[in-house]
Amino acid sequence: MPRLPEEEHPNKAFGWAARDSSGVLSPFKFSRRATGEKDVAFKVLYCGICHSDLHMVKNEWGTSVYPLVPGHEIVGEVTEVGNKVQNFQVGDRVGVGCLVGSCRSCGNCKDDLENYCPKTILTYGAKYYDGTTTYGGYSDTMVADEHFIVRIPDNLPLDAAAPLLCAGITVYSPLRYYGLDKPGLHIGVVGLGGLGHVAVKFAKAMGVKVTVISTSPNKEKEALENLGADSFLISRDQDQLQGASGTLDGIIDTVSAQHPVLPLLGLLKSHGKLVLVGAPEKPLELPVFPLLQGRKVVGGSLIGGLKETQEMIDFAAKHNVKPDIEVISMEYVNTAMERLAKADVKYRFVIDIGKTLKATS
Amino acid sequence: MAKTVEEDKQQKAFGWAATDPSGTLSPFYFSRRENGDEDVTLKILYCGVCHSDLHILKNDWGFTSYPIVPGHEIVGVATKVGKNVTKFKVGDRVGVGVLVGSCKTCECCQQDLENYCPRLIFTYNSHNPDGTKNYGGYSDMIVVDQRYVLLFPDNLPLDAGAPLLCAGITVYSPMKYYGMTEAGKHLGVAGLGGLGHVAVKIAKAFGLKVTVISSSAQKESEAIDRLGADSFLVSSDPAKIKSAIGSMDYIIDTVSAAHPLLPLLSLLKVNGKLVTLGLPNKPLELPVFPLVSGRKLVGGSDFGGMKETQEMLEFCAKHNIAADIELIRIDEINTAMERLAKSDVRYRFVIDVANSLSQ
Repeated sequence: MPRLPEEEHPNKAFGWAARDSSGVLSPFKFSRRATGEKDVAFKVLYCGICHSDLHMVKNEWGTSVYPLVPGHEIVGEVTEVGNKVQNFQVGDRVGVGCLVGSCRSCGNCKDDLENYCPKTILTYGAKYYDGTTTYGGYSDTMVADEHFIVRIPDNLPLDAAAPLLCAGITVYSPLRYYGLDKPGLHIGVVGLGGLGHVAVKFAKAMGVKVTVISTSPNKEKEALENLGADSFLISRDQDQLQGASGTLDGIIDTVSAQHPVLPLLGLLKSHGKLVLVGAPEKPLELPVFPLLQGRKVVGGSLIGGLKETQEMIDFAAKHNVKPDIEVISMEYVNTAMERLAKADVKYRFVIDIGKTLKATS
Repeated sequence: MAKTVEEDKQQKAFGWAATDPSGTLSPFYFSRRENGDEDVTLKILYCGVCHSDLHILKNDWGFTSYPIVPGHEIVGVATKVGKNVTKFKVGDRVGVGVLVGSCKTCECCQQDLENYCPRLIFTYNSHNPDGTKNYGGYSDMIVVDQRYVLLFPDNLPLDAGAPLLCAGITVYSPMKYYGMTEAGKHLGVAGLGGLGHVAVKIAKAFGLKVTVISSSAQKESEAIDRLGADSFLVSSDPAKIKSAIGSMDYIIDTVSAAHPLLPLLSLLKVNGKLVTLGLPNKPLELPVFPLVSGRKLVGGSDFGGMKETQEMLEFCAKHNIAADIELIRIDEINTAMERLAKSDVRYRFVIDVANSLSQ
């Protein structure tokens, strides 16, 4: 007979889980494995709410297994390390992002591209090596193999650092890979949400000129004055699009809803690159003439490997790149999910786990 | 009174043209400019028949301006060179490809990427700065600025070499740009026609492993025994596609009809690149999840700049690469177009202009 989540592992844990595809979260008792020789265990202090969490609690991708404890932007303080752990000690400020495992032996893993390993183990909703289900960061404790732990530098506040572990790396990695990180280049960022606003900040820190492309005119002031974008384009305004035709070296497209690609290709200079980091469910229409006539490229990217995630966090600390967050209590999480569904957040909710997650008896 | 096309320039010329979207070609008298200081005049010996010629003849893309004399795989002999011409002399074996002009001053032109110049002038179906139209190589002679003329290496045959001027550069350029030249890597070539068969030959010369991906099972023995491909996949067989999932570093997609990208994307390894070269008249469907989850990309490429085209000709001469052609007379051109529409050619028609075009 299958064991209850509380009894699966020796260490008691407490969090909030969704029980079904309504996506409503509620208190949930479960357990975490004993800290293995290569594991790092930490007390969770904050956890970011990623839009993927919302997709998963509602089973929008069809892969959810309940009860589901979401959260893959997890930060806290180390409480225990296994006896073979080399890089961390008790008291360290650490984080865990979207992955807690990979095969560690394929070509991708050897190239520090664990995110592209065919056998990745996601931080929540997946099967760990021991066959048990992984539970995410809307919880009081976390344990992960040292390889998947990231150090948070002292000068980066933990609450603001949390969203970097998914949103941050998701935009940082393609800026580097597609060569859109060179000073003097000009990129567009489509969509000004969790991913988009961090993309603007990273790009500006890299010396890149940024145009925000959005459907919401009311985001213009924010984009220019608060985030430091250089200009703003309403994507439904044909005149504005025409005026900016052929001006961008690259575009980071964070929008996951269906949207037309043709106007974005038109904004690119020849040899420009459109990088998709949102994943619409249905295929997009790809007009071929503009692709060929300008030798343009449409590429994708998915989070980042662990080495690059650490590099990204260190870059953020050095250049003061901090996501804009709204800190909430655990009890607020269902309301936060409703607001997130309407994009009503500037620009990431972060749950104050340390102060507001109270175990029920 | 407006000048007729026969009169608007100084030198008489003769070719075959289509005057409406039926695309049917027939004899046509027109004129070319005098050979200027920068110009080279070619007596045309051969001209390849590119699938783009067929698309434009029938106005498939909606921007054809009739009458059209097609042809942008033109080879011949230089009969005149202008006084500023340094690279060519009378008697040289020369070629003209897809473009005959560009602005020469923009960033693309300065980087030898005339093919991406926003003001480029195509060899046919294009307008010159003076407003007159251009006519292509299904004709007896052509006058071109030296910058857009290629020198044919001695050991490259003119007839089988003609298709390199479009098909050849169209596959060579993306192989260089997208880094598909590392020996031992695995390239898929989708579509085995004019572009595809040259891609196989060039890829083998780079030392790549090549798999041909085609909807026609009967092309397998050709692909492997004659063209030297390492393997063959029937694209309409899901089991075959599945067995090759995640096996290719790159894919060159030469298919011009609308076709699904998802099976091709699935064949790519992580970080794989699919370069699409065909020009369907509808958008393709781009499934996003495979791009994101495998950091894959889909890129375009449009023939090549002049410097690279010359480099490609020399590469082909060195590696003994020429197109597989079927030589035809000009009066067979309409039948050839019908056969081309059904992909019934191995793998390029080439018009024997010198021996069959007479007034």
